Amino acid sequence: MSTLLEPFHYEFFQRALVVATVTGALCGLIGVYVVLRGMSYIGHGLSHAIFGGAVASYIVGVSVFVGAVVWGLVAALFINKVARRRSIGADAAIGAITSASFAIGIILISVQRTFVVNFEALLWGNVLAVAPVDVLVVLGVALASTAFVFLRYRQLLFSTFDPEVAEVSGVNTARVDIGLAIMLTATIAATMSVIGVTMIAAMLVIPPVIGRLLTDSFSKMLWISVGTGTFCGFVGVYGSYYLNWSSGGTVVLTAGVLFVFAFLFSGWRRRIPALGAEPAH
Amino acid sequence: MMDPEQLVRFDRVTCRYGREPVLVNVDLEIGAGEFIGIVGPSGSGKSTLLKAIAGSVEPIAGRIERRPGVSIGYVPQVETVNWFFPITVREAVLMARIDERRLPWPSKDEIDESQQVLERLGLGGLADRHIRELSGGQQQRVFIARAMLGRPRLLLLDEPTSGVDVRTRHDVMHVIHDLHHQGLAIVLTTHDLNGIATHLPRLVCLNREVIATGSPRQVIRSEVLEKTYGAPLEVLSHGGMPVVLEQYPELVDEEEGATVLPLREDHHEHPA
Repeated sequence: MSTLLEPFHYEFFQRALVVATVTGALCGLIGVYVVLRGMSYIGHGLSHAIFGGAVASYIVGVSVFVGAVVWGLVAALFINKVARRRSIGADAAIGAITSASFAIGIILISVQRTFVVNFEALLWGNVLAVAPVDVLVVLGVALASTAFVFLRYRQLLFSTFDPEVAEVSGVNTARVDIGLAIMLTATIAATMSVIGVTMIAAMLVIPPVIGRLLTDSFSKMLWISVGTGTFCGFVGVYGSYYLNWSSGGTVVLTAGVLFVFAFLFSGWRRRIPALGAEPAH
Repeated sequence: MMDPEQLVRFDRVTCRYGREPVLVNVDLEIGAGEFIGIVGPSGSGKSTLLKAIAGSVEPIAGRIERRPGVSIGYVPQVETVNWFFPITVREAVLMARIDERRLPWPSKDEIDESQQVLERLGLGGLADRHIRELSGGQQQRVFIARAMLGRPRLLLLDEPTSGVDVRTRHDVMHVIHDLHHQGLAIVLTTHDLNGIATHLPRLVCLNREVIATGSPRQVIRSEVLEKTYGAPLEVLSHGGMPVVLEQYPELVDEEEGATVLPLREDHHEHPA
């Protein structure tokens, strides 16, 4: 028993566990809307786009977090706007805008040559080096995001399912899109350095997909996705202590294993809907 | 000033998407309890007209007046629905309730009201089914139910019977007629001249501008339809009802006198 509780004696581990668990839940929550809007790559794309903002804000001497959030928000809204055009899909909009934003960051670094960044840390993060302030920031973003989804649940659902009719029916879809973009950008900016872009991208997609495989109800999908994200964050970091594996990698691998089980189970039930596919009628 | 019996009035309304005008100088009045069909070719502005009535498309010229407080329900084309979206019938219907309650889960009153609407539309036992599991007519009725939950006085339906078989068309039109008889004003768009348009009390022939408006007997005439569709359409009378014939002279076999489609080689069936 004492062996099982051993990691909890370390403060750095407690913080890592809290951040990973909350981030898993948060990504599971937001990811449902991301996946159902056909924007599964936005996590990966925005984390690159934010990089451009982080470098720019470092150079002009403002908070890197604030700069990253503002830059990422502009990129997310621009992606939304471009993706609404029928001739350009969301995947192409994400690819074009986030790559260009990332390129700005690279060029700024090459011009300034004073910005030092650990690319490996950005890729996989360093969940075991989480500072107390990081925990507070992640908890704050999670609380604000949960409140937004709670208070705008129906508007979010309506504008995700059927944006055109939602607009006709009185939903301010532009405002909903902005709210979602703020949530997404704040989540990525708050967790990127501790969790890493690869884990964020994976955790925005895998838990919602598991939820989708297991249910045909939106509300149940939301619960399953949040539960799966929470479970993977906790088990991944906890397991990585004993396995001595990369924490971010173990979290994603846990989600990947659950995805395989969910896929096999849903196949067994003959309920494998194609996510984001065109209407069948 | 609007007539007290009017719900919506268009006064020389022009709307456009990008640079292209989609509606030009449209005059239209929709009265309480009216039943209006909008007919016209693809791209004639029918859907834009519905959205302008609902208020989601703003005119660049002219004026749209709505009676203060009038609530409008909108039913989209089912072709635009993502049938793989994870949503049950009840979730689809309740998502339209955006004003009265902020909490995510429905109140008991909302569940009761949605159940009443579903039962009224013959969907009572299907509340927990996924929308993809329903028949074509039931799917259309789900979106009518969603609009009805907003307690509208005016219901707009965009192509409510497109892509459905004859039985489903009857099923859907029966529901719409019932709603009209209960006092709801209805405006629908349709491509189906014989199956639907000729049975409606009032038609608007639209091709960016209003070509004609009136009863089917007044507007289902060759010259009006040719001007609306830009194609020759013959109109016969059958039991006092206008019947539209589409003409394809190049497909008529002169010896047999019947309309035939020329078979291509690859249309022949091969034995298994």
